[in-house]
Amino acid sequence: MTAPPPPGSAAPSAAVPTERDHGSFSLDIERPGPRDAVRAYVTRIRSGDPGALPSVLGLIVLVIIFNQISGRFLGKANIGNLPGQGAYIAIIALGLVFVLLLGEIDLAAGTTGGLAAAYAAQAVFAGGLHKGVPGLFYGITLALLIGAALLGFYMRLISGPILVVVGAVLLLSGADKHVIPALIISVSIGAAIGIFTGWLVAKVGIPSFIVTLALFLAWQGVVLYILNSQPINVVQYGFWNGLANDNMSPTWGWVYLVVLLLGYLGYTLSRALRARRRELAGDAISLVLIRFAAIAAVGIVVVAFLNQNRNPNPTAPIRGVPWAAAVPIGLMILCTLALTKTTWGRHLFAIGGNAEAARRAGIDVTRIRITAFTVSSAIAAIGGAFLASQQGSVNLSIGAGNILLFAVAAAVIGGTSLFGGRGKPRDAIIGALVISIIPNGLGLKPSLAIHPEYQQIITGLVLLLAAAVDALSRRRARQS
Amino acid sequence: MPEPVLQIKGLNKSFGPVHVLQDVDFDVYPGEVTALVGDNGAGKSTLVKCIAGINSIDSGEILWEGKPATLNDPRAAAALGIEFVYQDLALADNLDITQNMFLGREIRRFGVLDDGQMEKKAREALSSLSVRTVRSVRQVVASLSGGQRQTVAIAKAVLWNSKVVFLDEPTAALGVAQTRQVLDLVRRLADQGLGVVLISHNMNDVVEVSDRIVALYLGKVAAEVMAKDVTTTQVVELITAGRTGNIGLAAAAADQII
Ligand SMILES: Nc1ncnc2c1ncn2[C@@H]1O[C@H](COP(=O)(O)OP(=O)(O)OP(=O)(O)O)[C@@H](O)[C@H]1O
Ligand SMILES: [Mg+2]
Repeated sequence: MTAPPPPGSAAPSAAVPTERDHGSFSLDIERPGPRDAVRAYVTRIRSGDPGALPSVLGLIVLVIIFNQISGRFLGKANIGNLPGQGAYIAIIALGLVFVLLLGEIDLAAGTTGGLAAAYAAQAVFAGGLHKGVPGLFYGITLALLIGAALLGFYMRLISGPILVVVGAVLLLSGADKHVIPALIISVSIGAAIGIFTGWLVAKVGIPSFIVTLALFLAWQGVVLYILNSQPINVVQYGFWNGLANDNMSPTWGWVYLVVLLLGYLGYTLSRALRARRRELAGDAISLVLIRFAAIAAVGIVVVAFLNQNRNPNPTAPIRGVPWAAAVPIGLMILCTLALTKTTWGRHLFAIGGNAEAARRAGIDVTRIRITAFTVSSAIAAIGGAFLASQQGSVNLSIGAGNILLFAVAAAVIGGTSLFGGRGKPRDAIIGALVISIIPNGLGLKPSLAIHPEYQQIITGLVLLLAAAVDALSRRRARQS
Repeated sequence: MPEPVLQIKGLNKSFGPVHVLQDVDFDVYPGEVTALVGDNGAGKSTLVKCIAGINSIDSGEILWEGKPATLNDPRAAAALGIEFVYQDLALADNLDITQNMFLGREIRRFGVLDDGQMEKKAREALSSLSVRTVRSVRQVVASLSGGQRQTVAIAKAVLWNSKVVFLDEPTAALGVAQTRQVLDLVRRLADQGLGVVLISHNMNDVVEVSDRIVALYLGKVAAEVMAKDVTTTQVVELITAGRTGNIGLAAAAADQII
């Protein structure tokens, strides 16, 4: 007969006794311990779902190679610089994941970010956007913001249009001459662009490739117009400059880490305990603790390392976790929660997997598609701010060139599928690390640094490799 | 005799120039299995999709418990208590069994998805169908066999305490044992008081399990008969010729459609 499991026993192999009528759900009743977890992971990889493994392995290989090329690569100064160099790619890629999950693409994410940053820079620089751009242009911008908000509400969106309204109000109130309101406005401009893009794709029915290709081109011209063909420096705007270049104080770095770790532990532990109590599929407590210990160890080493002074000149110490690392990681966690814990995220995945099934389940497919583009563009605007911060200015070609392609590559290298239905915010971060480590590592060796062509060739090969892994694993998944 | 819970009156549906459904009358009675039969392309799946609100209807009336109802949205049918198992299975491959079964009707706690609760209910629903081949309700649907997918789709429909369930060829992909289970289940659902509509090409199944048979012939209802009044041969004739003896479309009418 079935005896209840002894309370508090967390032995890894202590499988809960199977209940008679649930006899067939063998896997759900077991509590996978560390050993089962490893076995399940190997099975998953072999059955064609490699997850983050290829990108992490690739990252390790690159680190080993670059460490051979230059001893400075793993030095404090260089590690401290890396987040600033890669943050904008990570953030834009993070936004793209939402669109890629639907099997769509947003080619304009880079220039949307650039456009948003240009608006913000001009507003702050001129002491108000209306002083920096011609009146007609200002009026059109405002009208389009309001139009996007109305369209958004009409398509039954909520957060997107509200964000746009906030931006419009800030703009009208004249707060746009200050840096932080200006940056908030730029994010709401991103959201407005996303609403229009999503509407053109999901409602009007133009392929996203075409809509966003058109916008990719158009925004580059609009940027010139906003800037009056003059780049604007952002180094003098403390907050903005700090995004890519400043660090948290060591104390706040620890606080940040502790908050993240406690949140993670609380969540995974309560889930495992609940699963145990209610006889749901879940992990053994020991597995949860081991995972936590591993993550905590990595986090502590990283924060301790970053909290050391990395400036050779001891009079002006540079230490702490870069904001350019903390912000993307925080965003990644938010995006992950949105995708895995809300109905919205669940529906997004469902549409990416089988749009017809989603429709038959009564999901408003059009609305969800529009929201995905809205999120993507709004996050791209944040990426644009980091890009400008890293470059020190909003230049005339901001967000153009390879940036978008690098961001797509980052998501794909991380394991997000271009065919929709498969991907994680985490992919964007890992992929962006791979993408930005290549120029960084090559740049440390003078004989290689003068050959930018290597950088592109290597990046291209890495992307190809990642896509090949993806294709092979799909083939495997189909065969098995 | 009980009143029909769902009534379709004079339903017409065209895809462009093709008049797929012509003045179709179709009733579903509680506690009965109504078999909807007809040759390939007769319009069975189209009729189901019209009721589901997936396909719009050109004209016709739908009565739910005697009152007119508009079903132009999959949620509307679900809200009344009508569930569907589609011929082309409406499952998302990248989601797991639980996520699919609750798609569009997720359970939330404090605004956040309550995966535990859904998982439990999904397992109960599958258990109630005595499904023994699924190892975990957290398995991705892409990894399931055809029969397992079919079971998930049916369990999805059973989950909601519905009043009417449409099953479009639920046994087409199943092995002998699973077919048996599904037919038993169909019968059990009807015995519990649900109105069940079974679409099938297998005449043995139809004659065995159903109370009432509606034959569609080229988009028209050829006949509505009680299962006990007809033989398998007669049903086959209704399907292939639209008439048998003095049942079915008048000879002239049957020829005219051709
Ligand atoms: N979306 C559509 N667009 C155009 N024609 C369609 C569409 N759906 C169905 N049809 C046509 O409607 C007719 C009826 O199709 P339906 O799928 O309802 O047949 P069925 O009775 O379910 O056949 P089967 O037994 O093969 O499943 C067919 O001629 C089909 O080609
Ligand atoms: Mg059919």
